[in-house]
Formats: sequence, structure tokens, C-alpha cells
Amino acid sequence: MRKTIGIPRGMYYHDYHPMWTKYFNNLDGKVVFSPKTNKDILNLGVSKCVDEACLPVKIFHGHVEYLKDKVDYIFIPKFISICKREYCCPKLLGLPDMVKHSIEELPIVIEPEINLRKVNSLRNAVINTGRIFTRNHFKIANAYMESMEFQKYYKSLLSLGIIPTEDHQNTHTKDIKILVLGHSYNVYDEFINMNIFNKLIENHVNIITADMVSADDINYYSNMLPKRIFWTDGKKIIGAAYSLLEKNSIDGIIYLSAFGCGLDSVLVDLIQRKATSKGVPFLLMTMDEQTGEAGFNTRLEAFLDMMEWRNKNEDYISSIW
Amino acid sequence: MKITFPQFGNVYIAGKAFLEELGHEVIAPPVCSRKTLEIGTKHSPEMMCLPFKILVGNYIESIEKGADTILITGSCGPCRFGFYSLLQDNILKDLGYDVDIIVFDHIGEGYSKLKSNLNKIINMKSMKEITRSAKLGLDLIKRTDNLTQLSNEVRAYAINKKEVDIIMDKYYIDTGSVHGAKEMIELINQTEEKLKFVKIDRNYTPIKVGIIGEIYTIIEPFVNLEIERKLGHLGVLVEKSMTPTSWLEHHVFNYPFGSKEENMKYKLAKPYLKTLVGGHGRETIGSAIYYKNKGFDGVIQILPLNCMPEIVAKSILKTVEKDLDFPIMTLVVDEMTGEAGYVTRLEAFVDLINKRKGNINIG
Repeated sequence: MRKTIGIPRGMYYHDYHPMWTKYFNNLDGKVVFSPKTNKDILNLGVSKCVDEACLPVKIFHGHVEYLKDKVDYIFIPKFISICKREYCCPKLLGLPDMVKHSIEELPIVIEPEINLRKVNSLRNAVINTGRIFTRNHFKIANAYMESMEFQKYYKSLLSLGIIPTEDHQNTHTKDIKILVLGHSYNVYDEFINMNIFNKLIENHVNIITADMVSADDINYYSNMLPKRIFWTDGKKIIGAAYSLLEKNSIDGIIYLSAFGCGLDSVLVDLIQRKATSKGVPFLLMTMDEQTGEAGFNTRLEAFLDMMEWRNKNEDYISSIW
Repeated sequence: MKITFPQFGNVYIAGKAFLEELGHEVIAPPVCSRKTLEIGTKHSPEMMCLPFKILVGNYIESIEKGADTILITGSCGPCRFGFYSLLQDNILKDLGYDVDIIVFDHIGEGYSKLKSNLNKIINMKSMKEITRSAKLGLDLIKRTDNLTQLSNEVRAYAINKKEVDIIMDKYYIDTGSVHGAKEMIELINQTEEKLKFVKIDRNYTPIKVGIIGEIYTIIEPFVNLEIERKLGHLGVLVEKSMTPTSWLEHHVFNYPFGSKEENMKYKLAKPYLKTLVGGHGRETIGSAIYYKNKGFDGVIQILPLNCMPEIVAKSILKTVEKDLDFPIMTLVVDEMTGEAGYVTRLEAFVDLINKRKGNINIG
């Protein structure tokens, strides 16, 4: 019988799920995803997780709790560093540990450590994970290579402006261009982001995400700061915002942030400062488990209205929102 | 150049003496108060952690007293502390203060930058002078840490606990008026003498509680609402898992290997947490186990609201508590923390430990 591997639909799922799926499928595993985030998953997560954690981490706990009786293995990689000399968020560093100590009766947790600060860490992670399923190293290497190809294809789709949660294409014909910023696990989760993409498309907004900015631009513009950004996610967000602001190619920024996110407390301040100096409207949406959709909609509508008036009345309205 | 630096427990005593020996004019930051916190909260980003806000308050208070250069250490670990200097520089510029922030970053971030920063501080002194002042400074840090620990121990046994508080308060007030390392050591000697004459109850066996968690909240008494004093008044012997001395030993003297004590804590934490989580998350777990092995009766974890590494540590401490049958309490502090609720929780914790030990409630 094929072994089933549960992949929780949270945290870095939205960045890497095609790769993980391909890799495990090639090794004759059967991948089971948890359903899209919903109220029940959130409630499961809230009941298991420590209260101080941020919304995406709580939701991740909910996904694991949902999956735990249905699969043989649960896949929670430990992302320490996915770029040389950089780190991920401390909560991602400790995510498998947090989950293991918060949820009881877990199946076997596959937790490869991905730490590009160390030599051979990725290689060891790939091989050690693969050895659970097969002893054939050649097969593991092959599975990894193929999954990497697939991942590149997925990233290229993202960079073309395809949003994974939307059926519609993001057609580039509308007047207002808005950059939707935030961590991938906030931006691409339909529950956390309150379906913001759908709402923006309905309002004829041209959406830009951080994935659509080239890596060279991100590196170049994030280096404008006097201090090196040592968070990979942070570098991407700052680089994308700065490059688009410097090139004057966006009309507004919406930042989706989870309450209590440590990275965002730094990033929001830096981006807001830059946006204000460039006269670009900036909207910060902070989400937690109590956020209601009505209030969210009102703020979004007000923001969009303001942008419209602004274009009509020649910058009559202040950019500080 | 009038130098200032953030308030960090007893570090200002040693830091002031060290920089004065190097011939700088030092403006020691005023002791943290409600006012410091208010100024800091007003100018900081909302979601930032408490130490950031206190630091901003410290800077502004010192700048108003005439400081024009700020010293701070940097970091490039996963904790947000590494970005403090960047954001604080922006905030101070926005407020119209013309100050120079000197950051001592990790050597991996560039040797030349660290060197030029060090040169600014060294003030064209000879190597001999520098080593002499550094030695004095280090000596002072150790002495002040020892003095605080001594006062904590004496307070637990003292018959009249207020007596210790009076001695320590006088000492903190006097530190502001002495100049240079020599006078400071003299002052510490006098205070130690005074503490030795406090009447103690020799038959009393206090319960022992370790303080673990985020380094700033452990060390800065204003932020943790003087937890050592409060516990001392309940007759508890308190020990802090981290002191400025232990930080220096781990990060500076034994670089890059780390001090023996901290490495032992990593080892103890290994069954629960194998890798780093930034900040002092791993040390927190190691310390909890360390205190259990040392025969302590409980530990209290203190963290500022939304401190990322400590949240990870907190979720793991639940298992440690269960496995070792060891009481662990978590206290979260932020700018809204009220004193009454805090004291109630401490009293409840102490009562619980007393009950576990079969002691009659001292009440």
C-alpha cells in the first residue's frame, strides 16, 4: 500500500506545494492536503496553539490537527535558511517543534532541516526524507530534480501574475495598479486575506504581487537600506516595494499583516516611510482570529474610493492613510 | 562627543565608568520610568516589542540631557533586534534630533565597519590604556552583577526585607554621582559591607525560583516590574538565568565557541529543541532544565509581547513542565502591564510551590 503523506495547507505551502507534491509522488507516496482554511480549521488551531502565536501559525496548527488521524506521515519542514547568510522567521525555525509539543498523538513527523548556512544541508534533507520511502538514491535524486523543474515552472507562473487562489486571469488592462504585499502565507490564503484578490478584481484593479518582481530588482533595491535584511521573506517584501516605488509604477500598496508578526513590525514601518515620501497611498490591514469581514470590506472600499478621487482631483488627497 | 547608551540593568554603571576612563563625556540614561515608556510608545511603531519602545524613550531622554552619540550593539540573527538601529535612526531623524548612532555589529557583517566604529570609541588611546579601562569595565560588570545577586540572596533570608531595599536604593542613587571606575568600586564595596550587616533568619529555608526568558526583560528591572524584589518580599530566593556578565562571556570572550555554561544549556535543550530559534529561545529551554537539575522549585519565564523566539520556547516549555514535573509560569509584559495583576500571579505561583513542598502557607 502506498504511504500517505499529509501536507498542511499553511505557512510555506503556498510557496512550495508543487515541489513537495511532485517529490513525494515520484517516490510513490500519496499526498493528502488538508482542506482550504476555514472557520473550523481556525478553531482547531486556536484550541491547540499557544495564545501568543500569530494567525498563520495558529491556522497551521489547525491544519495539522485536522490531518493527524488521516495520514501515515505529516510533512513539516524546518526552514532555517533558504538563502545564503539569511534566516527565516523564528517561528518557522521552530515550527515542527511547536507543533510536536502542542498537538498530541501525531503520526510520524517528517521534519527535514533546510539550512543553507550549512554545507550539504539541502542534500541531506532531500536524501534523508527520500530514504523513508526508498533505498534507491538514484530515484531520490531523480525525484528531486524533477520536482525542482516543476517548482521553477510554478514560480514562473507566479511571476507572470497568476494568482494561485484565483480562477480569473489577472488581465493587465485596468487603470489602477495596486501592490498587494505580505508574507505568502497571508497573501495567498483565501481565509486570511478575506478573498481580497477577488474583491480587487471586481473593482477593476490591476494586482501586483511581490512574486512578480524580478529577483535582481529585489536584491538591488533591498540593498538600498543601510542594514542588510537578514530575513528572506523580508528582503522579498522590501525589495519589491522599494523597486516599484522607485520606478513609480504603482498607485497604491495594501499590506496584509497578521497581528503579532515580528517581521511585519519592522517591514511595515520601512515601507510606509518610503511610500509616504513618494506620495503613494498605503493601507495596512492587520488580521487576527477576530477580524470580521464587514470591517475589512469597508476599509478596502474606502481605500479604493480615495484612490479614485485622488486620480480625478490631481493628488488632492493626502497619501497618509 | 557626548556618549549615551540604552539602559540595560546594571550595565550603565560599568559602561559609564569604562567610557569615562577612556576620556569621553558620558551621559548615563536616566533610570527607566513610566515617562520613558510613554515617550517611547508615542514614537515607535505600534507592533514593535517592548524593549524597542523603552530604548527609544531612553535615547530621547538622554538627548534632551545633551547627548549626541548613541552606542548600541547590533545583531544579524533571526530576531528583530538587528533592525533596532535602522528604525531608531529613522525615528530620531524624524523628530529632528541630530545624533550619531554607533552600532557594534557582528564581525561577519564587515570588518572595516566594526573597526571604524571601534576607533571612534577608543579615542586615540594607547593599547595599554584601552586594556586597562576594558579590564576595569569588565570587573565592574561582574561586581555589579554579583552585588545584585547578593542583595537577592540577602533579601530572601532577611528578617526586615525593606532594609535591603533601602540599601540598594541608596546605592542606585549614588551611582549617578560618582565619577570613574575607582569610586564606583569603592561604592560597591561599601554597599556589600552594608548588606552583610542586615539581620537574617538562619533557620529559614527559602523556596528557590529561577527567572528565564528574554534577556532584556530579565535584566531590566523596570520592564519586569522589579520581579526580584517582589519575589524577595515573598521570601523567595531568586536567580536570573542571564546577566550581562554571562552575555559577555558567551558572545565576546569565548567568541566563536561560546561559554561553557551556555553550551551546557544548549545540550540540555537538545531533546526538546535541536536547532536555533533566534534570540534566546534555546537558552530559555536549557535554563528551565538546568534549574530543575540544580534543585530549584520552579521557574518563571518573562517575555515581551509578541517576542518571536520566546513564543516558540513557550510552546515547548509546556512539555518540559509535564515531563519534569516542574512548575513553570509565563509572564508576558508590554506597555499595558498592570502591577496588581502581576503581583497576584506571582503570589499564586509562590503559594502553589509552597503547597507542593508541603510547607504551611506563610500568607
